[in-house]
Amino acid sequence: MKRLTPYLLALPSWMWLAIFLVVPMAAMASVSLQTGNAIDGFAMTFSVSNYTDAISRYSTQFLRSLLYGGLATVAMLIIGYPVAYWIAFKGGTRKSVYLFLLLLPFFVSFVLRTISWGFLLADDGVLFGPLKSWGLLAPEFHVLATTFAVVGGLTYNFLPFMILPIYVALERVDPRVIEAAYDLYATRLSAFRRVVLPLSLPGVFAGVLMTFVPATADPVNAQILGGTANTMIGNIIQTEYLTNLNYPTASALSFTLMAVLLVGIFIYARALGTENVLEAVAQ
Amino acid sequence: MDRSLNPALLRGMTQARTRRDAFRIAGLSAAGLALAACGVQGKKAEAPKTDAVKDFWAKQTKHGRVVFANWPEYMPEDQAPLKKFQQATGISYQYKEVINENAEFFGKLDPVLRAGQSIGYDIVVMTNGIQLQHMIELGYATPLDHSKMPNFLANAGDKYKERSYDPGNVYTMPYTSGVTGIAYNTKYVEDDIKSIGSLFDPKYKGRVGMMNDAQEIANFGMFALGLDPEKSTENDWKQAGEKLKAQRDAGIVRKYYDQSYIDAVSKGDVWISMAWSGDVFQRQLAGEPVKFVVPEEGGTIWTDNMLIPKNAANPVDAITLMDYLYQPAVAAELDEFIQYVTPVPAVQDLLREKATKATGEGKKSLEQMVESPLMFPSEAEYAKLRTYVKLSTAQEQVFNPIFQSITQA
Repeated sequence: MKRLTPYLLALPSWMWLAIFLVVPMAAMASVSLQTGNAIDGFAMTFSVSNYTDAISRYSTQFLRSLLYGGLATVAMLIIGYPVAYWIAFKGGTRKSVYLFLLLLPFFVSFVLRTISWGFLLADDGVLFGPLKSWGLLAPEFHVLATTFAVVGGLTYNFLPFMILPIYVALERVDPRVIEAAYDLYATRLSAFRRVVLPLSLPGVFAGVLMTFVPATADPVNAQILGGTANTMIGNIIQTEYLTNLNYPTASALSFTLMAVLLVGIFIYARALGTENVLEAVAQ
Repeated sequence: MDRSLNPALLRGMTQARTRRDAFRIAGLSAAGLALAACGVQGKKAEAPKTDAVKDFWAKQTKHGRVVFANWPEYMPEDQAPLKKFQQATGISYQYKEVINENAEFFGKLDPVLRAGQSIGYDIVVMTNGIQLQHMIELGYATPLDHSKMPNFLANAGDKYKERSYDPGNVYTMPYTSGVTGIAYNTKYVEDDIKSIGSLFDPKYKGRVGMMNDAQEIANFGMFALGLDPEKSTENDWKQAGEKLKAQRDAGIVRKYYDQSYIDAVSKGDVWISMAWSGDVFQRQLAGEPVKFVVPEEGGTIWTDNMLIPKNAANPVDAITLMDYLYQPAVAAELDEFIQYVTPVPAVQDLLREKATKATGEGKKSLEQMVESPLMFPSEAEYAKLRTYVKLSTAQEQVFNPIFQSITQA
C-alpha cells in the first residue's frame, strides 16, 4: 500500500490530463482524418490529404502567423528585458508596486483592451486627430488596419508574460557573483554579458515560450486591429470551425500549428541549451 | 550572443536527450485515436409529418416560464413588452442577449443539439441564411403549431408569411427585417452616394469598409455586376469574387468588418461602408453625421426569425411569447425602439397616430420613423431588395471559399 501511495496521490492529476487533454486531442486527431460535411456527417477515411490541402491552401496565413509571432516576441524581448532588469535591480523596496502596476491593465479583459486600442489609434481619434489638424501628420496617415498595428497589439497583449519570467530569473541572481565579477576586473558590460545574461537565460527562454506560442496562434489582434491582408492562422481555424463547420480542415490546421510550434520549441530549446524545456517553463 | 563565451550553451548543444516522453505521448495518442476512429454522425432530418407534429404539441403543457435568446439592442432596456407579456399570461421570462453572429452562435449550439441535449433557450433568433437553413435541415427547429399562433396569422404582412426559406411558416416567425445598404459619413463624403459603384471608387481608396460575412459581401459583388443574387449560379459567384478581389487588390478596401463597421464609420476610419439599416438609423437619432442609402443597383433584405430549438424545455410558453409579439400594439412598441422593419404592417399607422398625439422631440423622431424608408419600405423600394441565394451543402463548399479567400487573405 505504502508503495502505491504516491501513484494514488498522482491519480487525480493523471485523470485530469487524460480526460481534458488526451481524449480531446485524440478526438481531434481522429476528426482531422475524416471526410464529409456537417449535414450528412463525417466518416473516417484516413485522408491525410486533409492536411496537405489545408497546408497548401493556407500556407500564406501560416507563414504570416509565424512571422508576426516572431516579430512580436522579438519586440517583447527588446522592451521587456530592460523593464525586468530595472525592476529587479533598481526597483528597491517598491518592486512589488512596479510589478502590480505592470499587471494592472491586465485585470481588464483581453478583447476589451484590444478594442480600446482601436479607439485610441482611430484615424481621427484622440491621438492622431489633433496631430493631423496641426499638420504634423498627413491626413491619410493611419496605424489601424496595418501589419504594424497587429504586431504592436500582440506585443502589448503578451508583454507581461515576457517580463515576469525574466524578472524572476534576474531576481534570483546572487549579487555576490556580480561583485565577484567586478573583483575579477570585469567591466560593467562584460559583467552583464558573462554573468547576468547567462544566468537570466532560463527566464528569457520561458518568456519567449510563453509569448511566442500564444502570439502566433492569436486571432483577436488580427481581427480587431488588422486590415485586408493581416489574417492569421487563428482566424482561419476559427472560420473553419464555426462558420464553415469544416471540422476536419480545422482540426488538421490546429494539429499542424501545434506540430510546427512544438518542433520550433525543441529546436530552440536545443539551440539555447536549456536542460529541460518543462523545467524552464516551471520556473 | 557569442557562444564561445558560454560553456552552459555548449553543454546544452552536445548533451544527449531522452526521447521517452515523446514516445509516451505518441502511444497515448494512438490509443485514443483507435477509440475515436468512428466518424461524427450526420443528423439530416426528414420533413416533419403532420401527425407527429400534432402528437408533439398535444403532449406539451404550459410551464409558466420561457428563456428567450436574442441579439443585442433588439429589446427596449426596460423590457416593457416582455413585462407586459408576463402580466398578461403569467409566464415569467428570462431574456438573454447572447447572439452576436449567426455562424458563431450556430457553431456553439451545433455540438450540443447534435448530442441530443437542450441548449437551454426556448426561443432563438437567427437570420435567414446558411445557418438557419442548417437548423432546419438538421431538425434543430421544432415545427410550429399553427393553432397556437393566431396573432401571427392575422397580423403578419404577406411578405412575412411567404418566405422562400421557410415555406408555409413551418418552423419560424420573423422577429424583424432589415436592409443591407451603404452608410457614409457626411463629414468626409461630400457627394450624395447613390450607387454601389462608390464602394469601388478609387477616390475612396483605403476608406471603404466591406463586410466579412460571405453572403453579405457576395450579394454586393453581384449587385455591382448587375446580377440577381437570389438566382445566382456558381459562375456568377466567381465573377463577383473577381470583382471583389480587384477591389481589395487596388487597396480600396480598408478592412472586412463584422458589427464593428458602424463604429469605424462614425469615427471616420472608413468614410463609406456596407451597413445594416437599423444601426445607421439609431446613430442618426443620436446626432451622428451618418447617412444610409439603398444603392440603386439593389440592396439585401434579410429577416431575423424566431424559432424554438429542438429539446427546448418550454415550447408552449415559447410559441405563446412569439405569437404575443404579433399583437400590433406590442409590435409597435418594439419597433419604436429597434427601428428595423417590422413584420406587422399595422405598426406604421399606430406610430403615426402616436406621433399626432406626441409633442416636442418625441413627436419629431416618431414622424421621422413613420416616414423612414428604412423602417417602412415602399413597394418600389422592396422591388430593389433581394435576399441571399439558397445554397445546398455542396454549393456552400464552393461558395464559401470564393468569398472567404477575399475577406481572409
